[in-house]
Amino acid sequence: MTWETVIGLETHVELATKTKIFCACTTRFGGDPNTHCCPVCTGMPGTLPVLNKKVLEFAVKAGLALNCEITRYSKFDRKNYFYPDLPKAYQISQLYLPIARDGAVSIRTAAGDKTIRIHELHMEEDAGKLVHDPWIDQTRADYNRCGVPLIEIVTEPDFRTADEVTAYLEKLKETLQYLGVSDCKMQEGSLRCDVNLSVRPMGSGELGTRTEMKNLNSFKAIARAIDYEARRQIELIEEDRRVVQETRRWDENKDATYAMRSKENAQDYRYFPEPDIPPIELSEEYLDGLRAAQPELAEAKRARYQAEYGLPEYDSRMITSDCVLARFFEDLTALGAPPKQGANWIMGEVLGALSARGMEPKDMKLTPATLARLITLVGEGTLNRNTAVKVFEAVFDTDGDVDAYVKAHGLEQVNDDGLVRETAAKVLEANPQSAADYRGGKEKAFGFLVGQVMRELKGRANPQSVNRILKELLTQ
Amino acid sequence: MTVNTELVEYISELSRLELQCGEKQDMTAQLEQIIAYMDVLNRLDTQGVEPMSHVFPVKNVLREDDVVPSQDRAALLAGAPVPDGEAFLVPKAVE
Repeated sequence: MTWETVIGLETHVELATKTKIFCACTTRFGGDPNTHCCPVCTGMPGTLPVLNKKVLEFAVKAGLALNCEITRYSKFDRKNYFYPDLPKAYQISQLYLPIARDGAVSIRTAAGDKTIRIHELHMEEDAGKLVHDPWIDQTRADYNRCGVPLIEIVTEPDFRTADEVTAYLEKLKETLQYLGVSDCKMQEGSLRCDVNLSVRPMGSGELGTRTEMKNLNSFKAIARAIDYEARRQIELIEEDRRVVQETRRWDENKDATYAMRSKENAQDYRYFPEPDIPPIELSEEYLDGLRAAQPELAEAKRARYQAEYGLPEYDSRMITSDCVLARFFEDLTALGAPPKQGANWIMGEVLGALSARGMEPKDMKLTPATLARLITLVGEGTLNRNTAVKVFEAVFDTDGDVDAYVKAHGLEQVNDDGLVRETAAKVLEANPQSAADYRGGKEKAFGFLVGQVMRELKGRANPQSVNRILKELLTQ
Repeated sequence: MTVNTELVEYISELSRLELQCGEKQDMTAQLEQIIAYMDVLNRLDTQGVEPMSHVFPVKNVLREDDVVPSQDRAALLAGAPVPDGEAFLVPKAVE
């Protein structure tokens, strides 16, 4: 029998606000244990949580970008459970009236285009971190992350393959980064994903029993966990055993999922309306304001780069893969750099330098103005491309002064044809054999001679001039 | 809805409350009364009435996203039954 895998995702995204969702503690990642805490986020009795304005704004922006219906009258609810990662013994979340519903995200895979429906998007608070200390056989609770704002984005069970899941997550990450609502760093846990998966005979309209997988820390882990879990469920059914609805944890080292203890599976959250947080009513003016302020997203940029700047699709994709790069490119172009040249520098030298240093575009010191100056110098003929690359390497780390560097190292291109001619003549005199070889039809000898002239002129000559003048001298 | 000992045991387990035998009986009787009163309330016709979650007519209570220094850790941990100087210690909770 052929089986079909059915997958739905619950993605938790930490919002890039400065403070926590209900108190003014910092959301900065890390920090010594329990140093980003206050009576509110540690759940002291008698404290009153107050919603962060920015959290609401970011959640609505995300909802709009994911084509959701924004809930005009929204509320918070209490999700009750006892677990030491949550000092209040309840999480403030949204069950009945989430901030956004009924969205859609279009994705592209090798198999074609597809729309993934978004069931809902809601706001909630993150929990603390528990680390077990085997030495004293006790667990340490660190509440720095407690109360960091999250949005949870729940899809309909619309995925059929791991490829689709990856494409969706990449699109989601890209969208949220462009909006500036989250940095989406999986390695720091600011984007976390739970995968709901079931299998059914191909063509069946009914859903099979699903399991939920947690602890998926990378796109690769997600894809591997999906393949593993689908195979496990199919095997169970083919052996006439049944799939148990449960939460399973992905073990990266063992490449397998295993069931979490049944106690952790007991889900009876006894939700009720959160009395501490008054309801949220959004006006049309508020929504219009946010709609108008939405930034241009990657997809729109890709189309525009092709139409407006005439960039190939490949270049547009590369540059929009990161919103910082896209902004860099646009600034560069605004400073007068020809778009295709700017794109070449970004895709070649900039990305190369970043990857050689293990850096992200947002950590880059180099400014568009500096690169624009370099491109201008090449365009004017002051620098040749090879020398410009050397200058680029020299100024990249500190955003150094291009003109000062060129002057200090005497790198200006030799545009003096007389000097080039003189040098070429000298080279021909010193290498009569190569000259004879070229004249006898050996094209390769020409490259050697060009190299010698360039070397004499310390790489500063304009390659076209060297070619032209050498050819003239050789055919005389 | 009937309240019996099983239900009381289940609720006390969810709430991490340890009830003695006599307490369970007391709770069963008291919860029964409370639930019975809900039945009285349920007799009201609430067709078309929006469920209310807040007594006061307030909405959109929001704060600016400005950081304020957090609490001193020693003071924060002072109230914990078993702090270790950095963290709250709790019985083994992770696998």
